[in-house]
Amino acid sequence: MSNEIEAIQDPGLPAHVHRKADTDPAAANRAERQVAILFGISALGTVLLIVSYIFIPDDLFIFIPVMGNQNAHQLGLGLGMAISLFFIGMGAIHWAKTLMPDTEVVAQRHELRSPDSDRKDFVDAVKSGAGAAGLGRRSLIKRSLGAALGLSALSPLLLLRDLGPLPGKELEKTTWKSGTYLVTDPGNRRIKDSDLEVGAVAQVLPEIADPEHRKLNDIAKDAVLLIRLRPQEFNLEADKLAMTHDGIIAFSKICSHMGCAVALYEQQTKHLLCPCHQSTFDVTRGAKVIFGPSARPLPQLDITIDNKGYLVARQPFSEPVGPSFWERNSQ
Amino acid sequence: MKRLSRYRRHKAAAPLLLFFALLTVGATFSVASATTSAETTAADRSVQIEEGRQIFLKGCSSCHGLNAEGAQIAPSLIGVGAASVDFQVGTGRMPLAEMSAQAMRKDPIYNAEETAALAAYVATLAPGPAIPAESSLNFERDGSTAEGGELFRNNCAMCHNFAGQGGALSQGKYAPTLMGVEPKHIYEAMVTGPQSMPVFSDKTITNEEKISIIKWIKAAESEPNLGGASLGRVGPVTEGLLGWVLGLGMLIGVAVWLAMKAR
Amino acid sequence: MTVEARLGTVANYVDERTGGAAWMKKNLQKVFPDHWSFLLGEVALYSFVILLLSGTFLTFWFDPSQREVIYEGSYEPLEGIKMSAAYASALHISFEVRGGLLMRQIHHWAALIFMAAIVAHMMRVFFTGAFRKPREGNWILGIGLLTLGIVEGFLGYSLPDDLLSGTGVRIAEAIIQALPVVGSYLAYFAFGGAFPGEAFIPRIYTVHVLLLPGAFLALITAHLMLVWYQKHTQYPGPGRTEKNVVGYPLMPTYMAKAGGFFFIVFGVTAFLAAVASINPIWLYGPYTPGQISAGSQPDWYMGWLDGLVRMAPPIETQAFGHTISWNILLPGLIIPGILFTGMALYPFIESWITGDKREHHLLDRPRNAPNRTALGAMSLTFVMVTLINGGNDIIATHFDLSINQIMWGTRFGVFLLPPLAFVITKRLCLSLQRADRDLVLHGRETGTLLRLPHGEFVEVHEPISPEKAYFLTSHEQAPALELPEVDGHGVKRAHALRNKLRARMSVANAEAVPKVSLNELKEIEHH
Repeated sequence: MSNEIEAIQDPGLPAHVHRKADTDPAAANRAERQVAILFGISALGTVLLIVSYIFIPDDLFIFIPVMGNQNAHQLGLGLGMAISLFFIGMGAIHWAKTLMPDTEVVAQRHELRSPDSDRKDFVDAVKSGAGAAGLGRRSLIKRSLGAALGLSALSPLLLLRDLGPLPGKELEKTTWKSGTYLVTDPGNRRIKDSDLEVGAVAQVLPEIADPEHRKLNDIAKDAVLLIRLRPQEFNLEADKLAMTHDGIIAFSKICSHMGCAVALYEQQTKHLLCPCHQSTFDVTRGAKVIFGPSARPLPQLDITIDNKGYLVARQPFSEPVGPSFWERNSQ
Repeated sequence: MKRLSRYRRHKAAAPLLLFFALLTVGATFSVASATTSAETTAADRSVQIEEGRQIFLKGCSSCHGLNAEGAQIAPSLIGVGAASVDFQVGTGRMPLAEMSAQAMRKDPIYNAEETAALAAYVATLAPGPAIPAESSLNFERDGSTAEGGELFRNNCAMCHNFAGQGGALSQGKYAPTLMGVEPKHIYEAMVTGPQSMPVFSDKTITNEEKISIIKWIKAAESEPNLGGASLGRVGPVTEGLLGWVLGLGMLIGVAVWLAMKAR
Repeated sequence: MTVEARLGTVANYVDERTGGAAWMKKNLQKVFPDHWSFLLGEVALYSFVILLLSGTFLTFWFDPSQREVIYEGSYEPLEGIKMSAAYASALHISFEVRGGLLMRQIHHWAALIFMAAIVAHMMRVFFTGAFRKPREGNWILGIGLLTLGIVEGFLGYSLPDDLLSGTGVRIAEAIIQALPVVGSYLAYFAFGGAFPGEAFIPRIYTVHVLLLPGAFLALITAHLMLVWYQKHTQYPGPGRTEKNVVGYPLMPTYMAKAGGFFFIVFGVTAFLAAVASINPIWLYGPYTPGQISAGSQPDWYMGWLDGLVRMAPPIETQAFGHTISWNILLPGLIIPGILFTGMALYPFIESWITGDKREHHLLDRPRNAPNRTALGAMSLTFVMVTLINGGNDIIATHFDLSINQIMWGTRFGVFLLPPLAFVITKRLCLSLQRADRDLVLHGRETGTLLRLPHGEFVEVHEPISPEKAYFLTSHEQAPALELPEVDGHGVKRAHALRNKLRARMSVANAEAVPKVSLNELKEIEHH
């Protein structure tokens, strides 16, 4: 490699090539007609839009290949609008390409950096202005200004306090208490243990006084999934086994990962799968996490039956349900 | 014959002969085997049960055991009821074509009579869910679409997707699409809980509620897509794909044309 | 004719009050370079206008309230069902307002195209090095617009309060709640109490319709003003230098083409809205926390986040009565934070590596900046892998695969595939440089064979034009930075480790196939 590497020279802008419409008036007229046709198609599109809006009933369906049965009113509106807009664009662009000047123009860039004299003037102006303000000398003003501005910034933050109540212990409580009956969701019917066969699931909620007006806030913590297995299929510690009843086990339906409803039960593998992020829970081992990002098993509800055979909760959940939070203390 | 034998050494002779031989064998077989599927004219239950037992021994016992007691590779059929058989055989899931993650819906091997016979036989093994009567599945007359939708979203959508298009389970299993399924098969699946599907007993989801669910599924199936072609009714994944491919694709196409010099 | 008469009464009126004629004259003649890849930013800009127009239409009917109502509209499968007023009003727009469903679909398709165009535009700017001085600030504005776009889109599709988007809101709440120390407080403040509450939809409505569009208008104006003032970059080629702009004047050519393109973008968006159903909220059903659908995903521009969250290891720290959910914080906040900060600072990182502090107005051909192009390919690979995991259940059902396999595949893939993409892309760029070099030295292969008198077969090569030769060799090939460990007086330099790293990266960055010089070309001519 020689030290003097001379680069290949810039041959300059290539010679301008004229378009047909530049030299041939017939071609120019043809281009003009083409532009007019494009604008004309756009006008037809607008007509289709207006006709569809006013005249096509909204319960008429027509068959389009590939798309299937389509609502004629919607299709007419949409295609009409699309055509009316698209062809204005096509006309304008075709007009620019064929008839407007396409000789390349060269403009000069100016260095963005200001000339040195301007920079010096700027510095002088700022210095003299700042000097006049006296910030540099008068530190008391500087400090008290800083304090005043800083404090005033606190007020908007304070004003936002009433955005919501403090959480308190609310995240740790649900409607479930000792003696709360399990009812079907929807339907609000009490469930007997004999209602469930082996392999059955039921979506349940706690029985409340006014089931017609159940709050979503409560459902977000109360939703429970009831599953029946054969008692010998459980692989649980004694205290967790005691919370089941004759092969029936109850878990919070609210995923311990990010709160989606975990209701996908695979009867043969006895796994629960959350569709949001694929956390998989093993029911036989107390909803232990066997795959996916959830870090905790689903909280188990302690259930038993009353003297008529209806399923009831024996006590509230022993831990908060749903996603984790800073104050969550796992015993 | 002499004229034909002139071509005996033609290079097409062997393949052509093979083709005709296969055609003959196939035709003979289908004619011969057609006569064995006799028309059973309802009536004699014990004849039907015996027929079912014969079909069972021939086509099912190799996996499910000679007395349907089950084996390593197939569960016991004692107590599954006629409904299970009607569902599994009627949707073509059984007999299994191959040992994959789960049984796939396909064209049934057995016709309606054979399926009924099999169901009748299995029903005798132990009490189990019965095939629902046609009259009890009149979803056009009974049930509520709106209530069915609520029930569906609560109990079914988490596996089968909000529009019954099907969804993924773990390890390659899946909840199949509910489109194009006979109402009685939907009912039987809810009651018998095939493979990964749990059982939805009549006490937790009543008979009327099940009809409502079927009504909603059929309404969703026949509902045309209002805003244009459906992109599979699976949500934002296909929408995003189309936005990039068709949307940005068309726009880049026009942009390339825009910047090209005209002739 | 007097100047006033030629100007016309209106123009005269305005000029007498604003002095606008001089400014207009200068800017109507402004030159814009013409290339299709410069229209990607325009697609984003026009999509934003479409979003404003269609969105305003929707606000005339949408009720941003979570008040519970019983549905009494025309859609039978939801008759009598309890839902929020927001959902009911979105159904009303879809079924009873003529053109309502079309406008809802235009709005949503425009949002998808908006984000796609931003990403495509960002890739064009990155791969051509248009973010270099003096345009670093504009790059940062762009990253800001990308981030705001993701948030705006999420809030937008959450407004109808349907089952799919409500699930997304639940997940957002879980992310807020997972923040250490302040999480549960911030979540309660955002939602006005427990989830789902009744405050969230009205509040995000204000953000989505007022605050963020205002922020967009401000950022987009600044973004465009910078482009206008600094002048657009241009691809290298004959006649194009760092000190000029070659193209067409604003009036009439550019105005017609760019103006026409607005109608094209609107037309294509309307076409999609006419033929492809999007976000059919009536099929999803109203949101309630006890329900979920299989195959729940966010919109595509958040799919990579969903994929990251799905593949995260199940790690939580529980100590001293407190919980920190790394399985949520890492994929949901920490990794995206690092990525976006890295993206925003990239112009400065690259100028640190190259030591290049000059202005650049000529773009790079991607192959001539192999390190940068490989880095871009690496980032794209990362996004693709996480995106695939975000849709793993849809992919599994349609291609007969297992979600567990896809998850494990992407868990490994997200670490293994991006570096692989880097290496392959860099080698590809260097190969392309070699091919360019051959083209300049030996000309184009014509495919015609010539038999020489002594029997040898040679392929006839046609020399390339001087314009093409210039195009292939006009790029810069700066040498690596010289950062000796000791200075001229034998004293060890400060920041030894940083300089070593910088020197290493500079050497890697400078790796290139040397371009053809005039001497080499002259030599070859005597062949």
